[in-house]
Amino acid sequence: MTTTIEQASTHPRAESMAFARAALGRIGRYVFLGFVIVFFALPVLWLVTAPFDRAPALRLSFPSFTLRNFETLLDNPYALRSLGNSLIISLGTMALVLILAALASYALSRVRIPGRDTLLYMLLLLSSIVTGTAAMVPTFVLITELRLIDTHLAVVLVMAGGLLPAAIFILKDFMDNTPKSYEESARVYGASPLQILRHVVVPIARPGLATIAVWSVVQVWGNFLVPFILLRSPENFPAAVIMFTFYTEGGQPNLALISAFSLLFSIPVVLLYLFVSRRYGFRFYGGIKS
Amino acid sequence: MPTTSPTELQPQGPTSPGGPLRRRGTADDAAGLGRSRASAFVAPALVMIGIFLVFPALWTLYLGVTNWRLTGAAAADPEFVGLDNYLDALTDDRFLNSLYLTVIFVFFSAIAGQMVIGFTIAWVLRLSSKRIRPAVEMLVLIAWILPASVIAWLWLALLDRRSGTLNTILGTEGTAWLLEYPMQSIIAFNIFNGTAFSMLLFGAALASIPPSQLETARMVGAGTWATLRDVVFPNIRGHVLTVMLLVTLWTFNVFTPFLLTAGGPNQQTEILPVFIYRLALQAGELGKGAAFSLIMILINLVIALVYLRVLRERRT
Amino acid sequence: MAAITMNELVKEFPGGVRAVDGLSMTIEDGEFFALLGPSGCGKTTLLRTIAGLESASEGRLSIGERDVTDLPPGERRVAMVFQDYALFPHMNVAENISYPLKIQKVTRRDRYAKAEDVGEGLALDGLMDRRPGQLSGGQQQRVALARAVASNPTVFLFDEPLSNLDARLRLEARTFLKRLQRELGITTVFVTHDQAEALALADRLAVMRDGKILQIGSPRDVFTSPASTFVASFIGSTPMNLRPGVVRGDAVSVAGASVPLPTSSVGSVREGQDVVWGARPEYLRWSPEQVDGGIKGTVTVTENLGASVLVSLEVGETFVQFIVDEDDEPAPGTEGWVVAKPERTLLFDAESEQLIGAAAKDPAVSPA
Repeated sequence: MTTTIEQASTHPRAESMAFARAALGRIGRYVFLGFVIVFFALPVLWLVTAPFDRAPALRLSFPSFTLRNFETLLDNPYALRSLGNSLIISLGTMALVLILAALASYALSRVRIPGRDTLLYMLLLLSSIVTGTAAMVPTFVLITELRLIDTHLAVVLVMAGGLLPAAIFILKDFMDNTPKSYEESARVYGASPLQILRHVVVPIARPGLATIAVWSVVQVWGNFLVPFILLRSPENFPAAVIMFTFYTEGGQPNLALISAFSLLFSIPVVLLYLFVSRRYGFRFYGGIKS
Repeated sequence: MPTTSPTELQPQGPTSPGGPLRRRGTADDAAGLGRSRASAFVAPALVMIGIFLVFPALWTLYLGVTNWRLTGAAAADPEFVGLDNYLDALTDDRFLNSLYLTVIFVFFSAIAGQMVIGFTIAWVLRLSSKRIRPAVEMLVLIAWILPASVIAWLWLALLDRRSGTLNTILGTEGTAWLLEYPMQSIIAFNIFNGTAFSMLLFGAALASIPPSQLETARMVGAGTWATLRDVVFPNIRGHVLTVMLLVTLWTFNVFTPFLLTAGGPNQQTEILPVFIYRLALQAGELGKGAAFSLIMILINLVIALVYLRVLRERRT
Repeated sequence: MAAITMNELVKEFPGGVRAVDGLSMTIEDGEFFALLGPSGCGKTTLLRTIAGLESASEGRLSIGERDVTDLPPGERRVAMVFQDYALFPHMNVAENISYPLKIQKVTRRDRYAKAEDVGEGLALDGLMDRRPGQLSGGQQQRVALARAVASNPTVFLFDEPLSNLDARLRLEARTFLKRLQRELGITTVFVTHDQAEALALADRLAVMRDGKILQIGSPRDVFTSPASTFVASFIGSTPMNLRPGVVRGDAVSVAGASVPLPTSSVGSVREGQDVVWGARPEYLRWSPEQVDGGIKGTVTVTENLGASVLVSLEVGETFVQFIVDEDDEPAPGTEGWVVAKPERTLLFDAESEQLIGAAAKDPAVSPA
């Protein structure tokens, strides 16, 4: 390695020091990444091994392979039912958010309604500060007064209310970036506004709508707090809540059940994430937690 | 070619050149919706948000000045108690303890934990191979995507005194992590859960640094620390603030440590969200709980406003 | 019968900006009419107002015999081709072309037959099943045209129809468009900022600026008798030489020389009037020897235009440009004279910038 600059000396000691520094840097990087990998993988390894272990234990161990544990799901009266409940409230919230947000964001994008921008920012601000946690008390009281305690409807309504501002913000941004010439073209050819929405807007907005749909489902599927405070009967509990009861209800937790159930409960969101990141890339909209 | 003369238009109505502006009834937007239909489109969403987001927030104000309880006399007939709830809060040991714990929790988990670790991971991964980078990112992201109840259970399994994996690895058999080191446990748990967010945002921020600046630093012989100090941080200062505020906001409001320790042992991990839950929904002190909720909302508001201020300054 | 007539048409945007400022004119039935002007002059707004996408603030508009001022776009029987073609990406070519007929409630079989028909006429057969994303720029444009034709309109509106095509394709498409319009005979209004395009395609054109029409006329009229210095400098591939001068007797004192009074302005000037003398580079003849009524100068820069050369002649403090054949290119530094026939030069009033002498061609033009 020759240089013409005096400072980068050809002194053998300086050279080997630079080399050592680079090597140390490299080793440091690998060690750090090693720690990171261990830290993040360790807890998760249990999730993929224990469900298939004939004698599942808390300790991580190599599984003696069996699928028997999944039968316990059928024995427990609430297990599979709770997964169904999760599906109901996830899809219900998704549908509500999708329809309301699509309508609102389209109108806000295309029509000059006075105070539109302030409204959007106020809504976004509101949904950021009135979190599920901060609003748990008044939400609980409200639902009680509405006599909707222990209903799936309550969970759907509350979750939808919380997700709508962000959904509208994201979809409006998406619509703003879609050229108006499609709609104008259809309009000149005589299409009514409803026809324009059906024939032109919805098909073209599909990527944005799909993103919001997936995002809503992911937000609701794993949500613990809202169903926890609004639901009473175990038959109505979604998977997030019922699982909590599996391991806090005194006595020895049924590891076979818990492990199998955890895996089943986790798979849909992981699949959804893979699907979204493959199709659209993992995007952040102004820091909204997706 | 025959022409239509302009006079044919006259009978249709008076033209008013230079007269007052007449607005036509037809709509000017792309699809011809018009103002009234557009308002009808927006209304349902606004109603939903109004009932289930705005109203509860405002109602907190009212509830916070009553002595409403879940059961008993005050449930049927709550009384107005003025600012009593708030004044009591100032001397309420449990509340002050909770506030203190929350500050510790947010500082170590969000700022020292998620942000620092997230940034370091993003920084180190820049230079990593095309196979390692997606693998590590995926791993960190899984910790974020998995449902909270599952992650809580995974950590319970990890930290168990008798058969937990951590004790096996460290050789510290018999250590009840959740009982002996509860704050550390939930801090680690939350770092595990939330680092992905910082990692991704910082990854994007680092990618936005002009490569020419980094290369200039390299040509001058700047080491890692110098590069970070002179090129990286000046460029991503706005991003750092953004991430800090968002992560702080999220961590401050996170309820999931409840799944691990339920605030115990003896309120040693009773961060605000858990405290409010136990006070209002378990013990039934709705009035008091609402007062503390309002305090939470106000703190959130401060964080959010600072965030908006930072955003506005970045935009100019 | 689908002439377009507007009477004191105004489009004012919130904030007081008058994009269309009191226009009155008639576009004849079957005409290929161009709206030409720099960006921001209001030509696209005018087009959109004719379409109905913008509602007029004042004034009236009629298409054919109908007053359409208050009619929504779908009822005006116009077809509009946007600059980005607006082909629906989720429909194939056949579905795109037949879309207007679908709205008109034509049966499925009939509208697809019509789409096939029109598509064939525009060399699109074989592409009917493709999606717009799978087509080239030229093909996309023809699909947009086919859709417009298929909708059976009384008026075509084109917004910058050729600007999305690359240069070579643009010239082909120009000829194609002109032929198509001639065959169909449908009144067509198109917007462009490219004066060469307007001159080549239009039967008549309107030069616009700041919401007003400066001149309406045939390409020849606008080229040979521009109504103002602005129009004169806007029209023509090479900018017209416009130099200040003074009337002296039956000559104009300009650029240090005395040139004959332009034929069109004889009898309309007064002694000592401050004027702007205009001569196109194409009409100036170069002569190395002195000529009567010529302007003397030194060649500074020559620009090769292919088969001809654009030469800049330094004349005192100013310069004059002229065009010569490639064989006659003078070397830089050469001294010489340029002269133009009085029939080919123009005079504009220095203060009003209006053309002296030639009368406005269309009585419906509002004064600029």
